Amino acid sequence: MTDDLSFLFGRLGLDALPFYSWVALSGALVTVAGGVGFLAIVTWLGKWRELWTGWLTTVDHKRLGIMYIVLALVMLVRGFVDAIMMRLQQAMALNSEGYLPPEHFEQIFSSHGTIMIFFMAMPFMTGLMNFVIPLQIGARDVAFPTLNAISFWLTAAGAGLMLISLVIGKFSTAGWTGYPPYSGVEFTPGVGVDYWIWSILISGVGTTMTGINFVVTILRKRAPGMLLMRMPLFTWTALCSSILIIFAFPALTVSCAMLALDRTLGMHFFTNDSGGNVMNYMNLFWIWGHPEVYILILPAFGIFSEVVATFSSKRLFGYPSLVYATAVISILSFTVWLHHFFTMGAGANVNAVFGIATMVIAVPTGVKVFDWLFTMFRGRIRFEPPMLFTIGFMCLFVIGGMTGVLLAIPPINYSTHNTTFLVAHFHNMIIPGVLFGYLAGYMYWFPKALGFRLNRTWGVRAFWLWLIGFLLAFMPLYFLGLMGMPRRMESYSNPEWQPLLLIAFAGAFLILLGIVSLAIQLAISIRDRQTLADATGDPWDGRTLEWSMPSPPPPWNFDEVPVVETRDAFHEAKLTGRPLSPADEDEAVMVPDNTIVGPCMGLAGFCVGFGAVWFMWWLALAGLALAIATLIARSFAENTEQEIDLGPKARAT
Amino acid sequence: MIAASEHVRAQVGTDTELGFWLYLMSDAVLFGLIFATFAVMSTNFADGPSGADLFDMKNLAYQTALLLTSSLTIALAHRAAMDTHTVQAVLWLGITCLLGGGFLLLELHELSGFVERDAGPGRSGYLSAFFTLVGTHGLHVTAGLIWGVTLIVQLMIKGTEKRVLSRLNRLSLFWHFLDIVWICVFSLVYLPELM
Repeated sequence: MTDDLSFLFGRLGLDALPFYSWVALSGALVTVAGGVGFLAIVTWLGKWRELWTGWLTTVDHKRLGIMYIVLALVMLVRGFVDAIMMRLQQAMALNSEGYLPPEHFEQIFSSHGTIMIFFMAMPFMTGLMNFVIPLQIGARDVAFPTLNAISFWLTAAGAGLMLISLVIGKFSTAGWTGYPPYSGVEFTPGVGVDYWIWSILISGVGTTMTGINFVVTILRKRAPGMLLMRMPLFTWTALCSSILIIFAFPALTVSCAMLALDRTLGMHFFTNDSGGNVMNYMNLFWIWGHPEVYILILPAFGIFSEVVATFSSKRLFGYPSLVYATAVISILSFTVWLHHFFTMGAGANVNAVFGIATMVIAVPTGVKVFDWLFTMFRGRIRFEPPMLFTIGFMCLFVIGGMTGVLLAIPPINYSTHNTTFLVAHFHNMIIPGVLFGYLAGYMYWFPKALGFRLNRTWGVRAFWLWLIGFLLAFMPLYFLGLMGMPRRMESYSNPEWQPLLLIAFAGAFLILLGIVSLAIQLAISIRDRQTLADATGDPWDGRTLEWSMPSPPPPWNFDEVPVVETRDAFHEAKLTGRPLSPADEDEAVMVPDNTIVGPCMGLAGFCVGFGAVWFMWWLALAGLALAIATLIARSFAENTEQEIDLGPKARAT
Repeated sequence: MIAASEHVRAQVGTDTELGFWLYLMSDAVLFGLIFATFAVMSTNFADGPSGADLFDMKNLAYQTALLLTSSLTIALAHRAAMDTHTVQAVLWLGITCLLGGGFLLLELHELSGFVERDAGPGRSGYLSAFFTLVGTHGLHVTAGLIWGVTLIVQLMIKGTEKRVLSRLNRLSLFWHFLDIVWICVFSLVYLPELM
């Protein structure tokens, strides 16, 4: 009897349900209620057919982009709940247990980092790239629309695994980096680390394919005349970021797969005994991990470049230097990974090399900051929310950069390693650098995506709450780090730390209000969509091609693909009064059909992951078989596109 | 509808091939890192057997011969398909799959022999790295076989249509790539132990 059940359910039993703590139980209930509530609302509104044909099976890059961003915003809320729970715990836990048991606290900091990097920042970036890039380069679609849908659904499958770990079983307690030997099966035997591994592995496959897709799209699908040095900066940064994805993500796959082999098949890659080599994991993980920082931040730099030029009503200053700086950062990003573990003991000379390489990266980054400042210089600046986020970024990012250079000096690093100084530093890079950039991009391109602008007042409020909240939440952590507080402390006995931790909690609370403001902004903008409607398709006096088409754009993007003769071609056309001339197209305008390949691959990925986590091998094999069958069936499909007749107007020209 | 599929055909020669080259580069990094890990762990025997105790020159020679020959036959299949000789293409591709299948059988035989002699992947860090490296290559060959069989069916149904040709072209790239990886396995994993 037990044999039968263990075949079916692996190590999954009733004890996997979160009845062990009220905090876990309520988290699970909120997750389940969110899912059920969503399904109920769709059913109640009778929108299933629209959801299925309009969204779930779509291969339209614009709709996939919007779905990525919705996923990212949902995960932002989940990741933020983790964050504020940690801040509350640390604010309370002087000489006491706080309100979270240690193991639960560990799960929360692990899931916070994992979610924010893999399921908030990455989908947000991919979503913006998906929506914007084809429009900016004058393409009707990405190079591989179906592959694009598969990428999205694999990311969604990873996020699904991540969310379900809150309800069934527990999440990892090993931090978002999952360092062995602690994350090995000897010290962490449960399913938590496996959830972490498989959600990352599955979404990582999707991300790799996104990288390939966008490199080909940007290199091959540009409109006539859109030379490389005429591409908008966001396209440039997306290209560099995609190249980094192609070369960096294999390292994540290798490190996580080897950890999975250790845990599941009893291998000895990273164990203390039997010839394992723990330090190899840190190398492999950060060979991915450091380029990943730039994968995330380069597109944000691109967004800042677009926003700062548009809202300063000026041409971007130093375009070539921004392009070269981006390329140099991309290359250098592969040469600094060891600075994440100076204290591992690689030796003074090795540390010195990596420390110097790290400081060198600050140079092209500094070039960028000056370019943005000079773009603003003598510009007519409009303080719309995207611009506010950009200015906030420039002020805060410089602080983060300085502390980064401090951390790059190995002797200093020895005393600040794994303290909250480090936590403050990388949040200083990721919140103002990455998240402010994506929020600026979200508010900047929102009218293009949905046809109406977002409410300005609530956008401004959200900005100030995020800015002040960030400062209050993370500046104290710099000081705490210098006072010697290690990161990830579940309780502590030093009374000098508590006042600063209380300030940090207040900052987190302001960020909460910032997130609420974003939600209110979205809600009232939807309510007022008639008055906020963007009739011209060019609400910000934009400079690049995406503003030359109606909002929202038609599925084929361009009625006529334009010929590009200069940088900022659309702005030039408005300035000179000469409209963009259409390209000669001998090919018919094609729009790919909807397909269930994406959802099938997502389901397959989820089954593989869930089966592997719980040792339900039949499920994992079924998932694998589904994936193979889907791909084979797809390769037999004929006529997967429809021709669009744009009518006599387009034909005549 | 005719216009639709023609459009698809016009696209496949260029974008998909660039995309596939990019995938191969990504895959090359993946193998490179596994090779690097193997190099790091190449003496971590943990009192277990080393490669010199386990490897069999004869098996290795057969495996290598099969795989290298299959690289020739897939080139012939590609050539035949380019000249629209569908039957020849199917035959050469079929032979390629047989040779690849033979390689896999020999590999499975070798690896299961190791497991029986208490030299499985859980024995030592060295053997974990060895099994993972060889196994990753073997999984790639398996994927190539599934792809090859699918293409045989498509060649028989659709003939040497442009999309099928493009797939065959990419499979042949993939197969040559796996050959190169195997040559690295051969010279970095097996030969130093057998010399």
